Amino acid sequence: MDFELMSNSFPKLLNAAGVTLKLLSVSLVVGLFIGLLFAILRLNKNIFINKFAYGYSYVFRGTPLLVQIFIIYFGLGQIEYLRSTFLWIVLKEPYWCAIIAFALNTGAYTSEILRSAFQTIKPGIVEAAKSLGVPDKIILYKIQIPIAIRQSLPAYGNEIILMMKGTSLASTVTLMDLTGVAKYIISTTFKPIEVFIVAGGIYLFMTFCIHNLIKLLEKKYSF
Amino acid sequence: MELLAFGDTGWGDELFIATLMTIVVSLTAMIIGFLFALVFTPLKLSNNRLFNFIGNSYTTVIRGVPELLVIYLFFFGGSGAIMYVASIFGYNEYIEINAFITGSVAIGIISGAYSTEVFRGAVQSIEKGQFEAAEVLGLSKSIQFYKIILPQVLRLAIPNLSNVWQITLKDTSLISVTGLVEIMRQSYIAAGSTRDPLFFYSFAAVLYLLITYFSMKVINRLELRYSRGH
Repeated sequence: MDFELMSNSFPKLLNAAGVTLKLLSVSLVVGLFIGLLFAILRLNKNIFINKFAYGYSYVFRGTPLLVQIFIIYFGLGQIEYLRSTFLWIVLKEPYWCAIIAFALNTGAYTSEILRSAFQTIKPGIVEAAKSLGVPDKIILYKIQIPIAIRQSLPAYGNEIILMMKGTSLASTVTLMDLTGVAKYIISTTFKPIEVFIVAGGIYLFMTFCIHNLIKLLEKKYSF
Repeated sequence: MELLAFGDTGWGDELFIATLMTIVVSLTAMIIGFLFALVFTPLKLSNNRLFNFIGNSYTTVIRGVPELLVIYLFFFGGSGAIMYVASIFGYNEYIEINAFITGSVAIGIISGAYSTEVFRGAVQSIEKGQFEAAEVLGLSKSIQFYKIILPQVLRLAIPNLSNVWQITLKDTSLISVTGLVEIMRQSYIAAGSTRDPLFFYSFAAVLYLLITYFSMKVINRLELRYSRGH
């Protein structure tokens, strides 16, 4: 055991954990909106809208995240037309490509989680609101969405942890996140076990924090 | 379509072999995962504190650390560890383990953590009465396990194991960083030499979807088979 290497690499890895957290939080926020949108589309009665939303979640959940990142980072740059639009400002940055891929990926899983949460809402609740003359929009925003959020908290907590592990793939498109820096240190020092213990420890600590945060929220919103 | 031709002109045959490689690695990893689950599920269910701690550490660490980091650990540390063990037995030559073994073992250990959780859940949801009734009937321990407990565990576990299969299949794409030529690696090579990454990565996505689609069909049949009488 090379304890000196471990203590030397700790601040570098901690710094990189900041990049991981930034990637995670931005993609989760964007992904939550995408997930909510597609969950609502899934519940739509129009068969085309419904199938489209189902197709989106099927494709993004059935293919590896690595493929998705590579299509967005390497693939989209190939389309000449895109290069001439303002989108290119975003798509030429690996940082934004990674975030787009993560957000679309977590959006697909989130839409499934929210959809099943919506479906477990008892019809009586919605019927009661309707018979009280509450407008449809208010039923959605003030009744269905809050209940769905509570129902989906445990599954969403798992999704946050899975996504945190997913951000490690950012290192494959040159971003120096926690895994990227860990790989760099391993490949320069050839001490994989020491670096794994430190980097893995930081990841586990983040998992631990997310896990407890979700438990706290579950307690707060339980009924 | 020319890009996908078989033979020297296209990438069809290379991608076909790469697809087989992905399937073989996934199956190998899944089996290695079952072996790990076979060891760690009893540890997690045991009343012994130390065994419990070992079982829980395995599933917590593996499920809390990114797959890519575990793969790097095996990729960079694998041959070192084997050589260290070999040196204890007096063998000091350089040993290189190939990418297939490194990859399968790394993904297998990850898959095993998920399988362990599935089996633990399945065993715990079998009613206590089943164990007691088997005991009262005077069945031997091995018959109790193989004829009473295992069929029920399998029935309960198969739906969740199909999730584990999907996770494992997708995780194999990460082994491409070690140079093993599976779908992802082959697409990377093809994309590099034809400068058409959009086509090849999209095609890779289609291949993964096809594998998922057909494996779900097989799993659904298994599910029917094991839920006869329910």
